[in-house]
Formats: sequence, structure tokens, C-alpha cells
Amino acid sequence: MRRRTFLAATALAPLGARVVSAAPPAESITPALIEAAKKEGKVTYYTAMDLSVAEPMARAFETRYPGIKVAVERTGAERLFNRLAQEMASNIKRCDVVNTSDAAHVITWKRQDWLQPYVTVEIAETVAPDQRDADGTFVNQRTHLSAMAYNSSLVKPEDAPKGFNDLLDPKYLGKLVKGHPGYSGTIMTATHQIARELGWGYFEKLAKQKVLQVQSATEPPKKLEAGERAIAVDGSDYLFWMSKERGAPIELVFPIEGTPQISNPMAVFKAAPNPNAARLLFAWIMSADGQEFIVNLSGQYPANKKVKAKGGRPPLASIKTLREDPAAVEKLAEEIKTKYARTFKV
Amino acid sequence: MPARLQVDLSRPVLIAVTALLVVMIVLPMGWLVVYSLSDKQGAPTLGNFVTLFTDPSFVDPLITTLIIAVSVSTICCLVAAPLGWLVARTDMPIRRIVRTLVMASLVTPPFVGAIAWEMLAAPNSGLLNQLWRNLAGMPSDEALLDIYSLPGLIFVIACYTFPYVFILVANALDRMPGELEDASSMLGAKTWQTARLITVPLALPTILAGALVAFLQALNLFGSPAILAIPAGFHTLTTRIWSLFQFPPKPELAAAASLPLLLLTVLLLRGQALALGRRGYAVLGGKYGEPRLVRLGAWRWPAAAAALLVLAMPLFLPYAALFNSAFSRVASRLVTPDTITLHNLRFTFLELSSTMPALKNTFLLATLAATLGALLALLIAYIVARRAIRGHRVLAFLATAPLAIPGIVLGVGLFLAYTRPPLMLYGTLWILLIAFITIELPAAYQQLSSAFHAVHPELEEAGRMLGATRLRTLADITAPLLRSAVIATWCFVFVAVIRELSAAVILFTSETKVLSVLIFDLKESGDVGAIAVLSLAMVGITTVVIAIANRFGGGREAGRLHARAEG
Repeated sequence: MRRRTFLAATALAPLGARVVSAAPPAESITPALIEAAKKEGKVTYYTAMDLSVAEPMARAFETRYPGIKVAVERTGAERLFNRLAQEMASNIKRCDVVNTSDAAHVITWKRQDWLQPYVTVEIAETVAPDQRDADGTFVNQRTHLSAMAYNSSLVKPEDAPKGFNDLLDPKYLGKLVKGHPGYSGTIMTATHQIARELGWGYFEKLAKQKVLQVQSATEPPKKLEAGERAIAVDGSDYLFWMSKERGAPIELVFPIEGTPQISNPMAVFKAAPNPNAARLLFAWIMSADGQEFIVNLSGQYPANKKVKAKGGRPPLASIKTLREDPAAVEKLAEEIKTKYARTFKV
Repeated sequence: MPARLQVDLSRPVLIAVTALLVVMIVLPMGWLVVYSLSDKQGAPTLGNFVTLFTDPSFVDPLITTLIIAVSVSTICCLVAAPLGWLVARTDMPIRRIVRTLVMASLVTPPFVGAIAWEMLAAPNSGLLNQLWRNLAGMPSDEALLDIYSLPGLIFVIACYTFPYVFILVANALDRMPGELEDASSMLGAKTWQTARLITVPLALPTILAGALVAFLQALNLFGSPAILAIPAGFHTLTTRIWSLFQFPPKPELAAAASLPLLLLTVLLLRGQALALGRRGYAVLGGKYGEPRLVRLGAWRWPAAAAALLVLAMPLFLPYAALFNSAFSRVASRLVTPDTITLHNLRFTFLELSSTMPALKNTFLLATLAATLGALLALLIAYIVARRAIRGHRVLAFLATAPLAIPGIVLGVGLFLAYTRPPLMLYGTLWILLIAFITIELPAAYQQLSSAFHAVHPELEEAGRMLGATRLRTLADITAPLLRSAVIATWCFVFVAVIRELSAAVILFTSETKVLSVLIFDLKESGDVGAIAVLSLAMVGITTVVIAIANRFGGGREAGRLHARAEG
């Protein structure tokens, strides 16, 4: 069944009684906006998306709107969150548009009043209300999964795990690679969902499997392709797909317990040094043009309903996914990081 | 302009230099102590230290770090001492080349070395393990080497630490008089008896000092552990301190965890000074002949082969792996004419938007730090060497004090001191500039102060008598005479700044990213192809700068690399 994140609703749950939305009227990309953006000449995009997607997307924007350079600032969402907090505390204004793989972050930022409400006509028309903030401060840019995968030259399909509990089998000792919730928003979101469904005891057992611990959710796919480990416990599904489509011997597994689902909210920063270029980039990424670019290159699931998902990939609705709960992640993030560090010793 | 209108700037200069050093050193260290004794609300407490010494998440890294430091120190001595002896005192072929190459291996930043060794010796994808499996016909999950382990980390740190010990030992053996050994053999001692009774005791203080240098390096190193410790499933003290800057940041604990490193370093440096101080007795009396080279006979070529094997560890193998990875789509596959790709080059220089800003920042900082650092060191060295101003001892102390401050500790201190008014430097290139100059000041100062001993004060006094101020004398007379030493120092600081990671990783913001931090960020997402390209670019640039230094005749000084924690 299709269980898309109820992002905005979750974020606003305590304010359920509120009927009137604070969202500004929807705008479109006007020549005036393009002109103003060109005058600024640059825009800084903070993101957790893998560079192999984020940088080509930035270049595509530069081609579409010549004269505006995009600086991509990529790191794991949890580090990004920390970096932004430190920069804001020191009054450093650099971030124009932010995009995180930990949906809890936008809840915090919105509460701190760091996000600029901005809605485009296209977002209002093509993005489901549960995929965006009712007050217009953020919108889900795309959805991806934290999938399991194996290297088929190291594991035969019949020996491959079918779900999380299979990974505890002694035959997988020393064969697993895994991302870290202290660095990656994808893994943080996934860790919360897995712990909720299977209990923290699951990770304690998993830690005994001599897991190779890497940081970002973008690294397990790369370690798997290099053949460093046979099985990835987690990692960004689109990167597994991309290396499989490049000819690497990689097979994805959607765990029988359910696959963690990760939305990737995006927002314009209130303190953006390039407010017009920020709006333009934000608007373009959510437009059919921008969404198609992401889908064609990486096959992530678009938030724009008018854009078709990539062929050859399973429809999101066909995958049993775990429910995303950003509000809970926001409350538990520190506890999860501490517990995780204690369990996995790093 | 009439002479009497010229003001002697001595006093303002002293005040300015002292103030600068206070801003650079005293303030950050002061805040470090204050923070370590405060809780989150700023109330005084000893709680941070209680946590530090009871919480296993701190005690374990502390123990791990000590194990690493002791092991690295031992391995370095066991490798560097014989190699130093072979190069300095025997007729081993290619000994000059070996010497140059060992020093060249120091150009490799320790974190780049660790990444390269990951490509070589990761248990499954490592090139050496694949080779071994092919040769020995082993199944796919058998591994000969596992770099993601404590021994693996110790090995990698030792690879890039032993050159420091080697340089100390080889230089000491160069200066050791040959007569004592000659006398011993004339009295009928066999070669090994001479070695045991004469050479080893004479070299022992140096080896001890080398052991301490290696210990300190391993203790304070951030780069290699940051690459290998997390996948290996443990923390060292430096990576733990760094992890305290993850969200939510815990600067109080980071400060508390920094202090043991600082104290241990200070103590060990005292020990090193004592050990090196005793070396004096080796050079008593008279003039010495060139030391007589020991004839290795049939062992000449086996010795050379062994030396090359040692050099393969920090140099040949890692660079082969980096080149392979730079031109390969997947680092674990050997490049063939069919699979060679320019993808990584294209990605790094055409797509990656951080490359150019990082290169620009790195060059700007390296040039500024080298220029200002060399000037500051020159000024202080002059004041101290000529006892120009009362209070010059304070300056000498402040200029050498940063030697005792590990890069990551300085980073934490500067972060605490300059994220608040009156000097909000965090987020600017200034804070990085201060960090880099501070870190390199002791080495620059030591190089230039020894160079001052070669310039006779009479020349300066002549200038002073003719009515020039001290500063003018310094500019017109002393500085030109010290040209080659100043250039060597400049190059030296330049190179060191380019490879610095440990302070930069605490102090950078997205706007002020430098090359080393960019590589470190790329490691987080596992983009090894781009890492290989950037690392090779970085090492290439560094090599060019060193070559220029050698051309300017500063080669000897530039080769005398300082022994302090880096990376």
C-alpha cells in the first residue's frame, strides 16, 4: 500500500485546530524574478543528496538560467543540521535553499523561524497537501527509500537476506555494511522506524555481526559496488539502482518487515543572502522540469504528481514501506544518536 | 627626513607581537580551561572530568589512543633506526635516493595515506587482498590484511610517522664522529661489536627522542583515525573530540577531553628536550673525519631491497592505488586500457562546485599564512637572538608554546574563543589563518632562530651605529642575509598549511572550506574517485613548492621537517 509521509500534518498535529493557513499566495516564475535572481548571480544549495545527482541538477539549473551559479554544499543531513545551527549561531548567512533527508529538521527550523514561506503555483497544483507544509515553509522535494541490497557476485540470490531479522543469521557475520544515524538523515529516519517496529534490541543483536560502519547513506552503495561487503543493511535506494543500471552486480531487497521511507523536504531560508535566486532554484526544482531531471537521472520518487516515476523501478505504492514520523524523530534524535553510539561503539 | 624624527619602534613592536601571540595562543587555551570547568549553563563544575574518566565512551578512546601511540612509537624506532643507519653509515647502493624518498613520503597528508591504504587493504575490496586471493586461490571472504582494525590503523600511522624518526636518526648519525668507531675496530672489535658498544649507545638518545616524537604524532593525529577508526568500530581521543562537535555540540566535554592531550604533550616535550639535551656527549672535542662507511659486502643489495620495501608502504603502494582510483570508475578494480575513465577528473574539476572555492581558499590561506608566519617568526627570532627588547624570553616561550598544542585542541580553543564577542572570527578565513600560523609558528621560529646564529651581530651593529632603527637594520641587513632560510621557512609553512586537517575540520564553515576538509567531506559520502583526484592534485602542488624551495637553496632547511602533530 502507498503510505506517503504525512509530513505537514505531522508537523502541525499540535496545531490541528488551526484552520487558516499562514501560507503566502502562490507565485509563479516571473521574468521579474528571473531578472532579480540573475542580478544576484549565485545561489547556495545545502543538501544531503548524493553529489552524483545534486551536482548535475545544479548544472542543469545553470543551463536553464544562465548567469546564476549554484554552489552545492553537500554533507550528511545530520552534519548539515549541525553546520547550519553553528552558522546561524555565529550569524553566518550563506544558505539559500536547504534540502534535508531528515524530515524532523524542517520542524525544528520552522519553529526557530528560519524558513521563508514560499509557494509556487506549480507546487499548489501538483504536490499533495500531505507533502507540504500548510504554512508554505517547506515542501517534500522527492521521496526515496533506505533499501537493503546485496552484491550478487558475493551472495547467491537464494542466500540473500529477505528482511532485517535475516541479517542476524551467523552466516552474515562480517559481511554487512551500514550507514550511521549520527551523520546521515536517511539512516536517522530509518533507524527510528526500525527501532519502532523491531525494538532497540534488534540493533544490539545486529551490532554483534561485525558490521562495517560507514557514515552517509550514500556510502553503503559504493562499498557494495566495490565488493568491500556483500550486503548493505541500509543506504539510499536510488544509488543502488544507479549502480545496478551501470552494470554493477547489485540486487535490491525490500525487507519483509517493511522498507524505511524517507521524504526530503526543501525550504527557502529566511536569511538567504540571495533571496530571489533562492526562490528561483526552489521553484525550478519543484517544477515539472526540475522534477523530471531528478527522476530521469536518479529515479527517486517525485513529489510533483504530474511527473511520472522512472520506468524499470517498482512503483512506490507496490512496496511495503514503514511509516515516517518526523515529529517523533525530532523528539528522539539525540537519544537515538547516543544509544546508537553506545551499541555500535562509534 | 631628519634622523631624530625616526622613532625606534621596539616597544610598540614588542607590545604588538605579544598581543598577537596572546590572541593566538593564550586566549584560546584560556577558554579551553574555562569551558572544561563549566557545565552547559556555564556554572563551575568538575563534572566534565568525571564523565571523561568514568564514561566508557571516553575511557575506551583514551586507552585505544595510548595503545596506538606506544605501538606506533615502537614500530617507528624499529624501522627508522636501522634504515637511518643504512642510509647514513653504510655503503648501501641508492642510499641517497632512499633518503630523499623517505623525506618525500612526508608530503603525503596522513588522511590521504589512510584513504590510499583503504584502497589497498580493505579486507574484501583492497587491491592487495584481491591479489593475494588470486595468487593463493582463496575464497572471496578470506582476507590477508584488514585495514579496518586497530593494527591496521597503527600500521598506517606508523607509515607516515617513521620518516620523522628516520630524519632525526640519520641526521644524528651523519654528525656522529667516525673516530670512535674506527678506534673500536682498530682495537680488534668486530663490526657488530662496534655497533653494539659504540654506535648504538651514541645513537640511543636520538632514538629515544625519535620515539617521543612518534608517540606525540600518533597521540595527536586526527586524519588517519578519522578515516579508519569509524569503520573499524572504535574512537581515538581526537576523533572522539571531533564527534563532540556533532549535533548537539558539547564544547564543555570537548574542552575537557582536550586537556589530557595538552598535558601529555607538554610532559612528553619536556622529556624529549631532556633526551635530546643529553646528545651533547657524542660530539666531544677536536675535529672529526668523515665517518667511515660500513661495508655491507654481500648484504648491499638485500639491504637496498629491504629499504625499498619499507618505502613501498608510505609511497609506492599508496600512490599506485591513488592513481588507479583516479582513473577508475570503481576503486577496487585495476584500471585497464578498456576501463580507464576520465569520469573522476571531469566530475572533480567540472561538476563538483566546491573544488574551485576550496582550491582558492587553500591557496589564499597557505600564501598568507606562509608570508605572515615567516615574517612573525623572523621578527621574534630576531628579537630573541639579539636580545633586542627586555622580555624577549616571553616571546621565545610563546613562539614555541604551540608545539605543545595538538591541532585539534587548538581548533577547539579557537572555536570557543572566537565564536563570541568581541572577536567574532568564526566563519571567516581569519580564524583559519590564525590557526595555521599558530600551528606552524614554532617550526618557523626554530628554523629562523638557528639561521640567525649564522649571521654575525656586528653587521647589524654597524647599521645601528650608522643611525638606522632596529627595524630598518632588520630589513636592510639581516633579512637579505637570511634569504634562503626565510624562503625555506615560507615554503615549509605553505606545504604544512595545505595538508592541515585537524584544526580546519573544527573551524571551517561552508564558506571557508579548504582542500583537506573537502576531501574529508567527500570521504563521508564515499566518493573515492574524486578524493583520489584531489589528493593527487594536492600532493602535486606540494611537491612543486618543495622543488622551488630546493632551487632557492633552502633545500637543507626545508628537509629538516619539524616534528609536530599534523593532519
